[in-house]
Amino acid sequence: MAYKIIVSQCTACGACEFECPNAAISTKRGNYVINASLCTECEGHFPAAQCAAVCPVPDTCVRA
Amino acid sequence: MAELITLESLLAPAAPAGGCTASACGSSQAPSGMAPDVWERVKDHPCYAEEAHHYFARMHVAVAPACNIQCNYCNRKYDCANESRPGVVSEKLTPDQAVRKVVAVANAVPQLSVLGVAGPGDAVYDWRHTRETFERVQTAIPDLRLCLSTNGLALPDHVDAIAAMGVDHVTITINFIDPEIGARIHPWIFFDHQRHTGVEAARILHERQMLGLEMLVARGILAKVNSVMIPGVNDEHLVEVNRVVTQKGAFLHNIMPLLSDPAHGTAFGLSGQRGPTPAELKALQDRLEGGANLMRHCRQCRADAVGLLGEDRGQEFNLDHLPDEAAYDPAQRAAYRELVAETRGEHAAHRDAARDNLAAVEAPPVLVAVATRGGGRINEHFGHAKEFQIYEVSPAGIRFVGHRRVEQYCQGGWGEDATLDGVLATLQGVACVLVAKIGDCPRESLASAGIEATQGHAYDWIESGIAAWYGARYSQPVRLTA
Repeated sequence: MAYKIIVSQCTACGACEFECPNAAISTKRGNYVINASLCTECEGHFPAAQCAAVCPVPDTCVRA
Repeated sequence: MAELITLESLLAPAAPAGGCTASACGSSQAPSGMAPDVWERVKDHPCYAEEAHHYFARMHVAVAPACNIQCNYCNRKYDCANESRPGVVSEKLTPDQAVRKVVAVANAVPQLSVLGVAGPGDAVYDWRHTRETFERVQTAIPDLRLCLSTNGLALPDHVDAIAAMGVDHVTITINFIDPEIGARIHPWIFFDHQRHTGVEAARILHERQMLGLEMLVARGILAKVNSVMIPGVNDEHLVEVNRVVTQKGAFLHNIMPLLSDPAHGTAFGLSGQRGPTPAELKALQDRLEGGANLMRHCRQCRADAVGLLGEDRGQEFNLDHLPDEAAYDPAQRAAYRELVAETRGEHAAHRDAARDNLAAVEAPPVLVAVATRGGGRINEHFGHAKEFQIYEVSPAGIRFVGHRRVEQYCQGGWGEDATLDGVLATLQGVACVLVAKIGDCPRESLASAGIEATQGHAYDWIESGIAAWYGARYSQPVRLTA
């Protein structure tokens, strides 16, 4: 259970990193990536996955 | 048709001629009729004071790319060197890179007076990056003014931090008061850990914007409101927006035309929503005179623009061109400020004299275009101008009404006919073009289109040149052909 970022669509705005309650998102060589072992899909924190809710590009933060 | 000036009108004291206009009213110290204390705070901010944009330059650094709302006029792809519009940058910067860039620009551009964070993204939502940048720039260049631009959603959370940092100018983009209208402009917001859509989203955004505006005003921070004019969506509604934000204490209202080229890939661009014509924009601005001061000199610049308004030297300061370590040298900026302080007094005296001369002229209001490279003078060649500043002149005064961009006509000694046609179309409605120099060929083309062009006031102060031209044109018994 984790989210992933479609790098080719990502604008690298960093909003997801800011909102992630698990600090699961970081940059690797300029691209934002989600560490699947830390991602909880925000269960227990919020009703919806924060990265997907804040992401400005449709279908870019998606279930892995 | 020219009216002859009568002897009586020359002898009689100047009659109060139809109310006062924005730039002809108030003391010479505060040309737009602003309170002196407000003027003191905006006189070197090119975006906040029309008069300042002749002298001072701003730079934007794109350090805050994250945003918490979606707007139908925005496309979150922002990597284009050839587009000039808000939200577009070529490179996003870390705060560390931004500080290096600011120091390099301050050393090279003595006119620099303001650093802004204005997107892409929201400077207040992405507050960590904005704050770090501001703190470090403040240490390096303490007298640089800091300003930021926001959609307002996160503003109430950070107003106190903004005030504590000494940020003196904040711009909120407010496109609506009625959430039904707002929902047609902003499809969703991210707030309180949820994505909200539709009218509910617009209602929350509206409440936060109003709260943020009130909090700014309560803390004495100068608040400017930007509104995007979208024909058929909020154009009529902006009268209500103007009323509400004026009442809440916004000191400047900037109505910007929607830019919706389909090539930009925005929702409005793709749906065929058009922007307003220059005439529609001016008509709305004219209707709103009397509310908050209206801003008419906005260039809708790129979010990484550098330089005087209307010019963009951003490309000269790309990261590749920056030294790894740069020490700030305050000497150039200090010398420039001294020079401006001197010339400004002179400019103000000439502006007042020009106004006094105008009161004696009996003539209809006309539009004139001026080619300038800054400094408040008519000092640009016709062929080199990338834009013309448009003034309305009447016996009541000289009023800046906007700028019109053109393609540069002169390409190193020769001019393109097609370009000249474009310039002619752009200058439609203008009676005279005042330039530092113009060739015979373009002058004749302008004349055949009914536009006078003169280099007779080259290097004059803009207001003096306009007043002299207007007086000569209308007060002498010249016979005009129809």
